[in-house]
Amino acid sequence: MARTSRKPSARAIQKPATRKAKRRSKSARRGKISPALVAAHGLTPDEYQRILALVGREPSITELGIFSAMWNEHCSYKSSKIHLRTLPTTAPWVIQGPGENAGVIDIGDGLAVVFKMESHNHPSYIEPYQGAATGVGGILRDVFTMGARPIACLNALSFGAPSHPQTRHLLAGVVAGIGGYGNSFGVPTVGGCVRFHTRYDGNCLVNAMAVGLAQSDKIFYAAASGVGMPIVYLGSKTGRDGIHGASMASAEFGEGTEEKRPTVQVGDPFAEKLLLEACLEIMAKDCVIAIQDMGAAGLTCSAVEMGAKGGLGVTLDLDAVPCRETGMSAYEMMLSESQERMLMVLKPEKEREAEAIFSRWGLDFAVVGETIATKRFIVRHGGKVMADLPIKELGDEAPVYDRPHVAAPKPPIVTAADVAPPVPTADALLRLIGSPDLCSKRWVWEQYDHVILGNTVQRPGGDAAVVRINEGPKALALTTDVTPRYCEADPFEGGKQAVAEAWRNLTAVGARPLAVTDNLNFGNPERPEIMGQLVGAIQGIAQACKALDFPVVSGNVSLYNETNGRAILPTPTIGGVGLIDDFTKSATLAFKGANEAILLIGETTGWLGQSLYLREICEREEGAPPPVDLAAERKNGDFVRGLIAEGIAEAVHDISDGGLLVAIAEMAMASGIGAELDRAPLAAHAFWFGEDQARYVVTVKATVAETVMARARAAGVPARQVGLTGGDALTLEGERPILVAKLRERFEGWLPAYMAGGPA
Amino acid sequence: MKSAVVVFPGINRERDMARALKLISGREPAMVWHADTALPAGIDLAVVPGGFSYGDYLRCGAIAARAPIMAAVRAHAGSGGLVLGVCNGFQILCEAGLLPGVLMRNAAIKFICQDVYLRVERSDTPFTRGYNAGQVIRVPVAHGEGNYVADEDTIARLEGEGRVLFRYAAPDGTLEPAWNVNGATNAIAGVLNDRGNVLGMMPHPENHVEAALGATDGRGLFAGLVDHFKQAA
Repeated sequence: MARTSRKPSARAIQKPATRKAKRRSKSARRGKISPALVAAHGLTPDEYQRILALVGREPSITELGIFSAMWNEHCSYKSSKIHLRTLPTTAPWVIQGPGENAGVIDIGDGLAVVFKMESHNHPSYIEPYQGAATGVGGILRDVFTMGARPIACLNALSFGAPSHPQTRHLLAGVVAGIGGYGNSFGVPTVGGCVRFHTRYDGNCLVNAMAVGLAQSDKIFYAAASGVGMPIVYLGSKTGRDGIHGASMASAEFGEGTEEKRPTVQVGDPFAEKLLLEACLEIMAKDCVIAIQDMGAAGLTCSAVEMGAKGGLGVTLDLDAVPCRETGMSAYEMMLSESQERMLMVLKPEKEREAEAIFSRWGLDFAVVGETIATKRFIVRHGGKVMADLPIKELGDEAPVYDRPHVAAPKPPIVTAADVAPPVPTADALLRLIGSPDLCSKRWVWEQYDHVILGNTVQRPGGDAAVVRINEGPKALALTTDVTPRYCEADPFEGGKQAVAEAWRNLTAVGARPLAVTDNLNFGNPERPEIMGQLVGAIQGIAQACKALDFPVVSGNVSLYNETNGRAILPTPTIGGVGLIDDFTKSATLAFKGANEAILLIGETTGWLGQSLYLREICEREEGAPPPVDLAAERKNGDFVRGLIAEGIAEAVHDISDGGLLVAIAEMAMASGIGAELDRAPLAAHAFWFGEDQARYVVTVKATVAETVMARARAAGVPARQVGLTGGDALTLEGERPILVAKLRERFEGWLPAYMAGGPA
Repeated sequence: MKSAVVVFPGINRERDMARALKLISGREPAMVWHADTALPAGIDLAVVPGGFSYGDYLRCGAIAARAPIMAAVRAHAGSGGLVLGVCNGFQILCEAGLLPGVLMRNAAIKFICQDVYLRVERSDTPFTRGYNAGQVIRVPVAHGEGNYVADEDTIARLEGEGRVLFRYAAPDGTLEPAWNVNGATNAIAGVLNDRGNVLGMMPHPENHVEAALGATDGRGLFAGLVDHFKQAA
């Protein structure tokens, strides 16, 4: 039997909160689970039959709610599971792969990095500030649940077309929410990406990543062990917010989406900061057997996972759960997604000590249940058994679907000859650099505290953020990336490219890429063409991760990103983590001085298909995306990393969106130093703006340029000099010079002007 | 220099502050919990660091200003001891009545994290003796409510008595609205109390103290304090 809590919740008259709940409890009293009720819980008739078979009787309304919480797409990965299994998840440095709250990798010196990325797309569309804020809160909790102190956050944001009436509102709210939570919690938000596309109209994406540091021998897991162990509830009180959030996240949007606002949780970063300090303190005092945060599907999911993973049963006494409001039903308590809550199995002899720590931090602490030998999940409320379910099946036997999928036909290759340059190169550059996807995102990241904790070596704006580990000299390189227009055109190549791009970002600052977290955002998987995108992207990610020794250690899948039947661009965001042995040797993209040779590393064919040049300048969104040669990727990257380690590289930048000239312009803007560029060896627009993969710009002292290129040749790495740094302008042969100051004005200008109501 | 850093629930730059103090004074500061009623005996400097004490709920610094430890901070200041409040610490000192004025929402109504330039107005105080008067230093700000406001008489008094120690300025030290990041009255970034022993400032000198991280302009403040106490001893 569960012991009583320190602060027993007031027992008041049971009073359903909403009309819907009333309807549900009425039908529960009648003992009739209607097909409509099943459907309202996001369960199919087949799934309900399966529930009947498992339970052996008609489930109670609370039980139906519990099943719906465990078996929705968000929690069960039922559409993606069989494909996710194909991802490489191991390496000698991987301590924990997917399946726990977050992935864990070993970085030596007895230290481990704990990280994960997760989406909060639907809540952020409905209520951008709280949706994004609780996205950050949730992912931070995933990280410190495992015993790690969060040291950095990143994000990846996709919004609709700038001209869409909702875009400003969503962008402003999401950015304020991310900042509002992370800044208050006290973690630097050091990197990310922001993009715009009309396919995200009505369905923005908010992917948040958190990175923490732990001792590699002190990682905490969810699996309970031992019978009769107290299960303890910690953190904020339970309210009626976020009920059915996970189910909402597993459905498409349509008319009336705004009415779903009550399903969005409200974040309290202050409570989370206290929870962090209290959790780390009781972990340090060795009080904890198992711990699981209450995220999606709250108390249900956390309790079931602790039991199912530990091969144990769990009893919960809801009368002991600290509640924010009176009269909550078992159904509401089990499905609440109130934030900043944790469930733990404590060592019984340490219960007093743990309680003292929590009360010092002013947090609720209540024994709400215990582990039992029989593998059941038993929930009591008001002296009555409200649920009695087989725990293993609930946790591990959610339906798994091999949904039909079709691959879209491969689009044709667009060659340079198919694209007539409509404007001179200089004009194209100025337009590209000031376009929504390529312009400076300073307006965004200056709202995030990116210097707190005093370890930020490279701030936002570079290829990857660099964060020192403790007092150094080791540092982590961190990035998030994906190119959704490539994924739309060819999910397989796009999936490969997302991984390669993340790997390249880390390499460009001198890091050894170690592992990734993936956040797969797609449309409705019940449509074969969408399922085809998901399957293709996962295959691409798997191939690239294998080839680059870059395993997936954690991740999240967000499906049903559609509004009124129109899906988002397939967006498999990749969060990458790399290690730098000495942070003082990390490379940055700013030119370091005049008269440095500008070297182009990697093969350039002038690939214009799906390039930003084609989209922004020629107003054509078409063609096959650039193919990714993973062997070249690795060879070229290893070569560049070597140059950085030896101190030969002065400045390094990876070449991605916008191509070579955009990369060079970014290096010029970061330094205020211009460049004199040689004549293009192929069609100028294709050479300067093509988006061939596996490429970098590296500057070296002019005196060593020949030696470096000879070394590249010997290593089988294509390299050529394309110009020299110097002056205050970019000078292209046959074109008017472009002042770096002018570039900066365009680069920095668009977003603040747009947010102030300027043109889209 | 013996220092103490006061920690309220929700404070989050106490580690940054402790690291800077240790680095420059060579002594680990004492970390003092908000519910305590006394500062460690014999401390030279009490620091109220940055963060979001009590989540900034109610009003920035308002709840922390009424915490038990604040009586001890007030007594320390009353007996002539030095007190430094940074960011939320500045807000707390204002709310506690140890400094005049209030910190309002930034003029642009957004949180701002960026490096700013500060003109050091005086070098003849324990807090600024590590700098030259007129020197421009670069340190970061990270706040949503740093717009310093006080009534006209108070501002006139602060200015008249030379109690403004730092102002937001252009890199060459000139005062221009474009460089006044939060719209503070007279570009005020840091002020002294009337007795000259309590400083509140919005920017974070503690985040710019290491050459390896590319910026050291914050060191002067701590190094100056260390000198001050060395000389006093």
